[in-house]
Amino acid sequence: MGSVFLGAVQSMGATLRIMSYNKVGFTGFIAVMLILFMSFIGPFFVPLDTETKVDQIYQTPSAEHWMGTDHQGRDIFSQIVNGGKDVIIVAVVAGALSTFIAVTFGTLAGFAGGRIDAFVVSVTDIVLTIPQLPLLLVLAALIKLNNIVYLGIILGALGWPALLRAVRSQALSLKQRDFVEAARALDLGTTHIIFREIVPNMMTYIIISFALAMTGAIYAQVALVLFGLVPFSGSNWGVMLSLAWVRGAIYFKDSIWYIMMPVAAIVILQLSVVTMTRSLELVFNPRLRSGE
Amino acid sequence: MALIELQNVSRAFGKGDERVVAVDTVSFTIEEGDVLCLVGESGCGKSTTGKMVAGLLEPTAGQVLFDGQDIAKMDKQAFQRYRHAVQIIHQDPYASLNPTQTVRQMITRPLLRHKKAKGREGAEAHAVELLEIVDLTPAEDFMNKYPHQLSGGQRQRVSVARALTVEPRFIVADEAVSMVDVSIRVSLLNMLSRLKEEFDVTFLFITHDLALAKYFAWQGRISVMYLGRIVEDGPTQRVVMDPRHPYTQALLAAVPEADPELARRKRRIELRSADIPSLLDLPPGCTFNPRCPYVVTGECDVEVPPLDPIPEGGRVACPVRSSISIQLVEETPGGSVHTDADISQYQPDG
Repeated sequence: MGSVFLGAVQSMGATLRIMSYNKVGFTGFIAVMLILFMSFIGPFFVPLDTETKVDQIYQTPSAEHWMGTDHQGRDIFSQIVNGGKDVIIVAVVAGALSTFIAVTFGTLAGFAGGRIDAFVVSVTDIVLTIPQLPLLLVLAALIKLNNIVYLGIILGALGWPALLRAVRSQALSLKQRDFVEAARALDLGTTHIIFREIVPNMMTYIIISFALAMTGAIYAQVALVLFGLVPFSGSNWGVMLSLAWVRGAIYFKDSIWYIMMPVAAIVILQLSVVTMTRSLELVFNPRLRSGE
Repeated sequence: MALIELQNVSRAFGKGDERVVAVDTVSFTIEEGDVLCLVGESGCGKSTTGKMVAGLLEPTAGQVLFDGQDIAKMDKQAFQRYRHAVQIIHQDPYASLNPTQTVRQMITRPLLRHKKAKGREGAEAHAVELLEIVDLTPAEDFMNKYPHQLSGGQRQRVSVARALTVEPRFIVADEAVSMVDVSIRVSLLNMLSRLKEEFDVTFLFITHDLALAKYFAWQGRISVMYLGRIVEDGPTQRVVMDPRHPYTQALLAAVPEADPELARRKRRIELRSADIPSLLDLPPGCTFNPRCPYVVTGECDVEVPPLDPIPEGGRVACPVRSSISIQLVEETPGGSVHTDADISQYQPDG
């Protein structure tokens, strides 16, 4: 047991070292870690401020309120800390689901060809042509979305077609490669060929697509909240943005902090995720590592 | 019983007007321990033939026999035996290794999967042995390398080591040295020859370079392919010294000689056309007739000439010229006709 644990720690260390070769990517990675820490551990230390304080409306940042206060005099910082969890969970669920669907069925279609391919591609084409946001609006009106995981699943279930087409075309090209033929000659089996030979060669692409799918899910989620189609349960960055909007935040100088903070939080999260992929590329594509 | 036998094997690609017959009724046998060199210009169907022999491509007609058994009719177990017994080494060392795997992964995975080694450590030790067989020493230095950290020659050696993991009896070397620097070709060829001797591996050596064919298969046989058909085959020494088919003669005459003296004495075969006909629009009869200097109109452009045996050994698909011997290099008093000069260009210095 001990050696297994040690081995895991060692390979994690090696992975981190590879990631650190790209400074920008590593910064993004650290930022993502900090945001995760803030959103999942932070709420234990910074409880959500729910008390209305009429005398403290729209305050600018100060030692007491690091990011100022909102229209009810509540602390914005506590809302930022507590509002990230939902956004991140939805983004991860949606990103993971859409990437999983796209990679599994895209590789299958490309690798198997024939009828399976024709079927997968036609389903993809249909989903691809449906305008996403209007469909989401209709769905959100039909399904009660008080569970954020459901929201993530719906976003993920709609977000895969473009990636699937890309994965399929890569699989079509990769399956013709000599190293795949060599693996067939060595009788290594279809599972090995797909998961050891073909998928690792698409990993960089998949990782970037995963990041983009997360980004898309964050925007879609915020948009749904902004349209008022997802119940304002608890506090998240989308709800904050929506409330600030309803309060006419863009018309009043006072409320600039209230609307800018969730926007900044969302943008920083997006930027960190996207730049982190630069480091992840190094992990999955050995040719890019110049540090060695 | 021959190890590999091809019976009237054909392979076509595409449909309708686009249909191309890449390999047309090819038959040959390879005995255990033998070397057969498949020679021809690019696009003549050599690689397609090699892939069909290796079971990676199904023929559209004809049978491939392994140990006398048709591979298309084998049961699962027999096919697996055949699969492991026959390996292929690809031409392009930059495409034949997965860029995301280390040498260790490439070699140990087949070993573990097919239980050729016991446990991780056994596989590790076996992998080191295999790397040493292909002259990658010290082997430990190569285990953690990715393909992009290796040279073309080293990659090709890794490919060979990977093929050896399943202890093959037969290797299809598809232009295995043609993309490697000329300076290291000889050592690669020598390494392959050593497998031939030490491990009794039978070879199908596919190449467009007759000088390589001579070097590698001097004791073996050569088959010359032209536009999907075998036009001449036989023991290498007979084919090289006494080629009968006009196409073989043209190929041999076109081999550049390093020795200017020899080059001057070499006979030139003037082809009537330098263009290779398109596979989409093959000429009737013998496909070489539009280029052949000895063409007999009314005979060559009517019927496909059969591949008939000749008394000197092998077969020639040219009834017009099959009994006529020509001198490719003019004799000089006291000098031997065939010298090793054209082979020696591949000998390493010192």
